[in-house]
Amino acid sequence: MQNENQHTTSINAPSKEKLKETIWKIIETVPDPEIPVITLKDLGVIRDVKVDDENKIEVIITPTYIGCPAMDMMSMNIRLALTEHGYKNVQITNVLSPAWTTDWMSEEGKKKLKAYGIAPPNQKQIVCTPDLFQQEEVVQCPRCDSYHTKMISRFGSTPCKALYQCNDCHEPFEYFKCH
Amino acid sequence: MSTSKNSVSKENKINYILYLADTTLILSHRNSEWCGHAPIIEQDIALTNIALDLLGQARNFYQYAAELIGNNATEDSLAYLRIENEYKNLLLTELPNDDWGNTVLRQFYFSVYQFYLYQQLQKSDDEQLVAIANKAIKEVSYHVRWSGEWVVRLGDGTKESHQRMLNAIENLKNYLGEMFIAADYETAMNIDLNTIQKQWDEKVTSVFAEATLPLPKNIFNHIGGKTGVHTEYLGYILTEMQYLQRTYPNAVW
Repeated sequence: MQNENQHTTSINAPSKEKLKETIWKIIETVPDPEIPVITLKDLGVIRDVKVDDENKIEVIITPTYIGCPAMDMMSMNIRLALTEHGYKNVQITNVLSPAWTTDWMSEEGKKKLKAYGIAPPNQKQIVCTPDLFQQEEVVQCPRCDSYHTKMISRFGSTPCKALYQCNDCHEPFEYFKCH
Repeated sequence: MSTSKNSVSKENKINYILYLADTTLILSHRNSEWCGHAPIIEQDIALTNIALDLLGQARNFYQYAAELIGNNATEDSLAYLRIENEYKNLLLTELPNDDWGNTVLRQFYFSVYQFYLYQQLQKSDDEQLVAIANKAIKEVSYHVRWSGEWVVRLGDGTKESHQRMLNAIENLKNYLGEMFIAADYETAMNIDLNTIQKQWDEKVTSVFAEATLPLPKNIFNHIGGKTGVHTEYLGYILTEMQYLQRTYPNAVW
């Protein structure tokens, strides 16, 4: 807290670009509240950082799923991380458009998910049609790498995940749905 | 922003957004009543996830309506401090859950309607409605698939499950027409309900054929929800949902 005003009143005030870079570095490390092994950057929910002439910071985020209750936690954690570094004049803006997609998840994030036991989203974006009994996506078991798996439920413990089971090692696991 | 062909009055727009908000909130609430009661845990989770998606849509609509209304309106004041005859939800969404068959059939009817409605909103003049529809339609397509698969599973299932679906068809049949009968504010929004009804009929007919279920017959259309005239059920829902804010005004987490 001692360095509260360090970044806004210093004579050598950093340029806007420099400040933006610093802000990015701080918020990049904020973990996802539900899946703490990946960061908000890995998840692709941080869309932009803006700094105005009075050094007011605006962080723009987008929800993964429209009703995801973790969004409030994400905003709070971003605010906390910035406060810890002395940035208090922060606005967090939630935008819906363009709609988030798992294509924005980083490769690094996908690796971390798999290591954590959650099957990462498939590369190919499935077409969202309302047709019934579509062939389910082939998902690789994060434990034994078998592709011989079956879906148990399209809905899981959070809106972004589905429940699967491996037919080879028999372990149930979660799949981060391609969306 | 593009200049719209014929600009919609602010009042009509607010009413229309509240119609979308109230409808998704009330169905979300009904679905959430299943939490801990569904036949198997995976389906319990599925239905509560759908409730959550609908709640997310409702919040976005309420936030947008609050912004247009001004006067310190918030998503919470709109959800918790309006009375029955200010609510504009479809009557279909406030009907009691009844059994699992009735719940999934209602969800199916509604999700199919929502799917085609959001396809139209994606082409709306209003940027915020476009953004919400783009975001929500991916999730709505999951809802259509999940509920439609249950309609087939139960309709073309056992004698008992088939009978339950016949009961559900009877139960709900008089509450379907309201989706396609425009309130004044809806007409002003240029929503083409005839097209939505045609698409809805086609989808429902094909799924019912697969489910070996007959289409509803001898229909009388109850209307009123869109303009605040509700069944007796809504009052009970609001009593429970608004209890905290009514008893402890301005309470916050």
